[in-house]
Amino acid sequence: MALPALLMFFAFAVVPLVGVVLLSFTSWDGIGVIRPAGFDSWRAVLADPGLLHSLWVTFVVIALSWAVQTPLSILLGVFLAGHQPYREFLAVLFIIPLLLSSAAIAITYKALLDPNFGLGAGLHIPLLTQDWLGEPALAMGVIIFVVSWQYIPFHTLIYQGAVRQIPRSMYEAAQLDGAGRVRMFFRITLPQLKYTIITSSTLMVVGSLVFFDLIFVLTEGGPGDATRVLALDMYKRGFQANLMGQASGIAVILVVLGLVLALLLRRIGGGSSSASQLEGM
Amino acid sequence: MATTVGAGTRQAAGGQKRRSRGRGARRPNWLGGAAGWLWLLIVIVPIYWIVITSFKTQSNYFQTNPFAPPTEPTLENYQLVIENDFVRYFVNSTIVTLGAVVPTVLVSFMAAYAIVRAGDWWVLRSANSLFLMGLAIPLQAAIIPVYLIVIRLHMYDTLAAIILPSIAFAIPLSVLVLSNFIRDVPKELFDSMRVDGASEWGTLWHLAFPLTRPALVTVSIYNGLAIWNGFLLPLILTQSPNQRVLPLALWTFQGQYSVNVPAVLAAVVLTALPILALYVLGRRQLLSGLTAGFSK
Repeated sequence: MALPALLMFFAFAVVPLVGVVLLSFTSWDGIGVIRPAGFDSWRAVLADPGLLHSLWVTFVVIALSWAVQTPLSILLGVFLAGHQPYREFLAVLFIIPLLLSSAAIAITYKALLDPNFGLGAGLHIPLLTQDWLGEPALAMGVIIFVVSWQYIPFHTLIYQGAVRQIPRSMYEAAQLDGAGRVRMFFRITLPQLKYTIITSSTLMVVGSLVFFDLIFVLTEGGPGDATRVLALDMYKRGFQANLMGQASGIAVILVVLGLVLALLLRRIGGGSSSASQLEGM
Repeated sequence: MATTVGAGTRQAAGGQKRRSRGRGARRPNWLGGAAGWLWLLIVIVPIYWIVITSFKTQSNYFQTNPFAPPTEPTLENYQLVIENDFVRYFVNSTIVTLGAVVPTVLVSFMAAYAIVRAGDWWVLRSANSLFLMGLAIPLQAAIIPVYLIVIRLHMYDTLAAIILPSIAFAIPLSVLVLSNFIRDVPKELFDSMRVDGASEWGTLWHLAFPLTRPALVTVSIYNGLAIWNGFLLPLILTQSPNQRVLPLALWTFQGQYSVNVPAVLAAVVLTALPILALYVLGRRQLLSGLTAGFSK
């Protein structure tokens, strides 16, 4: 009974994963014949200063989006864990960005931030009328903002669920001891959320490692290559420059980085299996 | 439960009065409240802007305050979007989403059932760990070989080209969520089915299926949303306008009409409408679907 699922998964997920390693040792233009090419693609990829740049940009996206999303998601998650009706109402509205496609979100912000036709021009506020996607630092800031706009609701939901599972008696005991709310937050809430933080962070970090849709539509890696993250670098090498061998090399780097980051985070969390992580939620 | 754990964090410091229900007795969580309302603004303002602008004429858009509602609401933007074949793209997206979600849920359910019921057999144990590892494979990293396979199968530029990899990449999480759920079905129920002479196949459909229905809905929603909103697979595996799905259509539409902001935003509204409708109709199930597998 497990056979159909296994076959599908094998054909379109396991085979491609092995295939991408093999393809990184070939030269292929995407249409013609695939020729073995030894380490040529790897040499080209590793010698290209573009790789280091993409790695750096990817790292910046991961680090900044984590640093923005995590504290805000915890704060909002704790807040929304309350059962007051207006908080339930807020939660209903908070989720909306999560329902939209990355393409739709990117297109909306592209229109909204357009220096000539966007919000700033319409409101005649010079501060808002910047070339948001035309300046490297601004473009990166916009990406971090839009990513947070899209994904904070998801992580807030996770934290909301986790906070609601913390035993109430812990807070009551702390109250008897005269602990204030700030202290209870740092002594009880945060430690109790440990596994949730690890899980949420893993999803964030591994997710931002492979961001594609949003950045592709928003900036296409620009201005110049200021926001050319690894996944975009892979796409451009493979499907625009027709260097599938090199693009496969980048893909292998993506997989390895993803595994290393996930294992690293699990090590930090002290968990030993994925099951224990799931229980932590 | 009248009071919750979460509310406990907001209870007043040094609380001498331990009131379990009182609202007034608590000192409010100013920081959380400020963040909550501020975030509400950040979420709502762009959405409000999208909706009102989509009803403005292009000339009206340039003349009026962006946050003022349209003085003469118009449907011409929606008309333009629909004239640009959005009905076809809508149908394509529906075919792809249903065509991927239904088989995904069926095969994942069968696999999950097998893994739970005969999980000691080494074949199924390794199948299970294979799926668990599959959670770590990013679609982006596998896209080039997927493209190659699709070309070799002569499926490039068809909707099936999007459907098959979508199924494969949706299976691992679906199996994980469903098998966790089937595991919670009391063993005695399975045993009594066997005593009654039911086959495994019969048990699967007549016992496990009805009992796992909430999880099946959850998994369907989670996968459906991801596939409906998917961009990378259609971008790489299709080419002609006939095979275009909504997110891709949105992107090409913006390339064409970038100056006509109201029309672009009308297209955004139209693509999100079915999901928003679903959200209004079945909020609770959608919410559980959104965090499928990440919170239990």
